[in-house]
Formats: sequence, structure tokens, C-alpha cells
Amino acid sequence: MPVMNMVQALNQALREEMARDPRVVVLGEDVGRRGGVFLVTEGLIDEFGEMRVIDTPLTEMGIIGVAIGMALYGLRPVAEIQFIDFVYEAFDQIVSNMAKIRYRSGGMYSVPMVLRSPCCGGIRGGMHHSQSPEAYFMHTAGLITVMPSTPYDAKGLLKASIRSNDPVIFLEPKSVYRTIKEEVPDRDYTVPLGKARLVREGSDVTIVTWGAMVYQSLEAAKLVEERHGWSVEVIDLRTLFPFDRDAIVESLEKTERLVIVHEAPKTVGPGAEIAAYIAENHIELLRGPIARVTGFDTPFPLAHEKLYMPNIARIYMALKKVMQY
Amino acid sequence: MEVLGRRDILNIDRALGLYRVLDEDGNPVAGEPSLPDKLLLDMYTYMVRARILDGWLLKLQRMGRVALHAPNKGQEAAAVGATLALKREDWLFPSYRELGALLVRGMTEEEILDRALTTIDDPLKGSDFAIYGHRKYNIVPAPVPVANQIPHAVGAALAAKIMGDKIVTMTFFGDGSTSRGDFHTGLNFAGVFKAPVVFVNQNNQWAISVPLKRQTASPTIAIKGVAYGVPGIRVDGNDVIAVYTVAMEAVERARSGEGPTLIEAVTYRLGPHTTADDPTRYRVEEEVREWERKEPLRRMRRYLISRGLLTEEEDKALWSEWEKRIEETVVKVLEKPPLPPEVVLEDVYEEPPWNLREQMRELRDSIRLLKELGVELE
Repeated sequence: MPVMNMVQALNQALREEMARDPRVVVLGEDVGRRGGVFLVTEGLIDEFGEMRVIDTPLTEMGIIGVAIGMALYGLRPVAEIQFIDFVYEAFDQIVSNMAKIRYRSGGMYSVPMVLRSPCCGGIRGGMHHSQSPEAYFMHTAGLITVMPSTPYDAKGLLKASIRSNDPVIFLEPKSVYRTIKEEVPDRDYTVPLGKARLVREGSDVTIVTWGAMVYQSLEAAKLVEERHGWSVEVIDLRTLFPFDRDAIVESLEKTERLVIVHEAPKTVGPGAEIAAYIAENHIELLRGPIARVTGFDTPFPLAHEKLYMPNIARIYMALKKVMQY
Repeated sequence: MEVLGRRDILNIDRALGLYRVLDEDGNPVAGEPSLPDKLLLDMYTYMVRARILDGWLLKLQRMGRVALHAPNKGQEAAAVGATLALKREDWLFPSYRELGALLVRGMTEEEILDRALTTIDDPLKGSDFAIYGHRKYNIVPAPVPVANQIPHAVGAALAAKIMGDKIVTMTFFGDGSTSRGDFHTGLNFAGVFKAPVVFVNQNNQWAISVPLKRQTASPTIAIKGVAYGVPGIRVDGNDVIAVYTVAMEAVERARSGEGPTLIEAVTYRLGPHTTADDPTRYRVEEEVREWERKEPLRRMRRYLISRGLLTEEEDKALWSEWEKRIEETVVKVLEKPPLPPEVVLEDVYEEPPWNLREQMRELRDSIRLLKELGVELE
């Protein structure tokens, strides 16, 4: 089985889906000859031509608005936003249209499209190349929001997203793009939307996380195990909405303690919803308070990004607090 | 001096001028238009139907049966004339003020009233007010945030091009919409890719209370197309024959692969922006009266009579026939049951995720309790 990084796995997913279904088209800034600034769409233009791999004018509003129209007509567009930090120009199109057309039309029309975009920090990208805006999309009814953390999942989740009849926001943690390599099947497979992945089994405390924070969480898990002998379970949520509540509950039935780790800022962040879900429905499972380790409630800084983002120390501190309550 | 661009295609005179077939009193300005009699009568009939239906929607809103209506009065010619240039397989992306366009596409008064009154047969299942659409007629329901539909029409046109379908898309939007980014990005995109789309701007002079001169310093809206490589044509939007003529040209241009056209239909909103608006706060009565004289039905009626296609008696009969038919439809629709409450939670996703399944239970339980408490649900 070939070993791939996430960029290669995503590229293969696009290639396979475009070959499988002539309705799949790719559009965005620099996705053609340049192959995307991270090379996720590299070579697609040679294989599928300019009609299906479309270099667009520099306008996020236009890319998403036009992709919506394409999806309405019957295509399955995969629209790339070069960095998710630039998505806000398209926010009206996403919130008012991409998410709402099925509802607005009483189910007569749907928008089967994928908005895929590199997200999150860890590459010294500064304020406007590092953000984690997943909460905006999770908050918007009508959207599915996905973030893979491994090459295998990236390929399978992107293929499932392209085949989804609902619009998907597909966020790619760019710090993982080339740092993690693993065996990825050279054949067709999908990873189902709405299902989490158990990354590490444990019995004392559960970390729910996603994206690049899976790796920080694993390091912190190892550290507390070494220092205190506590056994940490790590769940990679993969689909952020609708999230796999069963996987979280199943884990909490065993561990009775919950730590949520994400890069997005804390206040009204994605972890708030997970914590609220457990508090509303399964408070009896918990031995003590839930902890969240998140990006600080500031814009994403260029300087000291390792301190801004959840790191091994901050996750360790939260685990300790929850374990020693 | 070297001149860039195709002056013959990007004809600036047409974007700055005003194309007319009939003058304000219905007299041909440059010879008799060579259109079939039936088409001319159809144009008028659609406008009459739209005018009567518009009046009913206003009345039903005043009766508290329609949540909100955006009156069409005075703008029937642009909607009817432009849409008549489309074929059945073409797609329409309207705004919220084009009843005539819906009728031309084949949507019935009953379907429109079902929508406005959110009856059990509402094709859009109670999603929003003042918007209309139906898959059966290739009409994508408008978003209320103005101009949003412009890039959708471009995307659908490009999709058709990619899929090898020889269809054209048409979108309507007002003068206020031309200030939004969607207008810019849509026209820019369409120009770059030669998308088979026809942009119809209903320049009705007012975006609620803001006059055209506050939207743009440009002498016309049509001229804005030129900078995108999109020919702009300014037309008298109250002259249904003129609108139809330029729309036919634009549709044929799009269908033959030559790209998009921006049509500015100069018209006037005789009524309020919506039933929630009071135009006496921002515009003078003389202006409205002046445009009433120029309104499209009067003009077309005078022309049809002068051409011998219609008599005063036939005109009266036409009005009373449609008044009767539409009134009967209103009565029928008013008696229909409302949508079931479950529609609130349907059609968010193809299949409801767990949160919506739980909220459905909460909704049903709450309805039982509200009924027990005797609380009115509407």
C-alpha cells in the first residue's frame, strides 16, 4: 500500500471522484496550472481539462456564489478557498444560500457542493493564514463541517463529502499536510460523515479533539501517563457537525472525565457545544467539571503561535485539573 | 491612439441611450414592430394577470393573510418582456418583484397564492415571504438578501456550458443590488467565462427610500457592464415590446456562445417597497403621478387598440375575465388548510441529523401542550 501525506491523499481523492463522476468539477484561485498553493489540485487540469478544473478570478464571494449555481444546475463542485481566513467575503453566500437553499425551496433544490480549504495554525502563518473558524459553520443549519487529521481520513472523508447531497465545509489542517505520512489505499473507499475515530484507548479521561490538535493531545496523553499513570482516551471527532455524540458518550461511560481540545478560540467555540451537549444530556456520567483547552480569545498572532495554540503543557494542565478534581 | 476592446460589441451608445419601440403614449417611435399579433396580446395579458394578482396580494396582506408583499405595480413590462424571450428549458433566477415572470414561465396564480398564503400546497413549504420559485418551471426561489442570486445564475449558466446543454439563465435584480459585491463578482465572472446568462436590472429608481443617485455616480447602470466586457443595453422598462426585443437579442447571444448581456430596464416602482414601507416619507407625489402616466399597461393597451388588435370592449372583457378567475382562485386558496407544523424542521438536510430528530420530538410535545393551554398557533 502506498505511503502518502495528506496533500497526496486529497489529490488522489479528487482525481478518483472526477474520474468516477463527470459532474465533479474543481474551481478556485490558482487551482489549475499552479495546482493550488499547497498543490492539492496538482495535475488535475492536465487530466480533466480547463472546463472541469477552473482557475477563477480572485473572489471568494464569486467562487462560492458561482459554485452554488453550478450545484443547483446539477454539477458537484469542489470549491477551493485558498486559505479559510479569506472565506468571510463569501460568508453571505455560505450562510444565506449554500446552507439555506434546500430549506428555502422546500426541498426542491439542493446544493451538493464542497467548500474545501486549508485551515488552522502551526506554520507561522500569522493572523490571516492560521484561523480556525469551524464554529461559524457548525452554527449554521444546513451545513456539514468536516476536519480530517490523517491522510487516510482525508481521502475517505473528502470522497464522502463530494458524494454528500448536502453542502460540506471541508477544513484541512495545513500543519498536517506534509508532516504526517501513512499507508493510504490506492483504491476507492469512503470514511462516513458523522463518525468519530478512536485514536487512543484509555480508561481515566477522554480527550475530544480534531485536526492537528489530535497530535498535541496524544503527546499530552503520553506525558500524563508517564508522570501520573493516568490512562487517556483520545477521540478524533472528524465530522464536527453533526458530531458523533455516541462515540463521546460511550467513551465517557468508561472514563467519566472530559477534556475538549481545539485551536479555535474558546468563547462560543465548538467545544462549548460539545460540553453543553454532555451537560444537558449526560451530566450523570461526569465525575467533575469539563475542561476546554483552546486558542486564546484573541486574533491569531504571528508571534508566539505555539503559546497561543493548545500545546502539550496546556493540555497536560487541563488533564491534571480534571483528574485531580 | 490605440483602442482596446470591441467597440462593435461593447456598444457604449446602447448602454447610455434608451431603446424604445413605443413612446409613452403607445405610439411606435420607428415603425410598426414586426411581432406576431398573438405574442403582442400575450404580453398584454400576462401584464394584466400580474397587475390583478399583485392587487390581490396587497389586499391579502392588508387582511392579515399574507405576511409581506413586495408590490409589482408599474414594473410588469420588464418582468414579462424579458422572460418571454426564454425557452422552457432555460432557467430563471428572479428577485422578489417579478410576478409577471413567474406567470410567463407557467407558474399558475394558484401556485403563487399557495406560496404567499403558505397553504398546505405551498411549493416552498413556508420558508420565507415574498419569494417564489418552482423546480417544475426552472425557477430558483430568490434569496431575500438582494443580489445573492446573480452569481447563482452565472454558476448555473457555466454548469450548463460544461455539461453541453444549450440553455440560458436569466436573473432579475434591482438598482440597489448593483451596489453589492454579488453584482460585481457575478458580472466579472460571467464576462471572463462568457457565461450564457442574461442580467436584467429592474432600475425602478428607488431602493426602499434611497434614490438611484445615491447608489451610483454612473450615468447609467447598463454602462457598468462594459468594464466587465459585458455589453450593456439600456431599455425603456415600461415598454414591453422594447424589453422583449432586447431580451431576445441577449438570449440569442448567450445561446450562441457569445456570452452575457446586461439589460437595464428603466422603470418605476409605483407602490411601496413592501407592504411594510411608506413611500410618502421619501418621495413626492408629482414624481409618482408622472410615472403613472408612463406605466406599461396603459401604453401597451393604447398600442394594441391603435393597431386594431384589441377593442375597448375586449379589453374590459379581458380584465373582468381575469379578475373573476383570480378571485375564484383566491377564494379556493383561502380555504386550503395550512402547512403542517413539521415543515419547520424539514428540508434542512437530506436526512435530519440527531439534533433535528430530537427537536422534532420537542416541537410535537410543545404543540400538544400549547393546544391543551389553548394558545393560538398562528
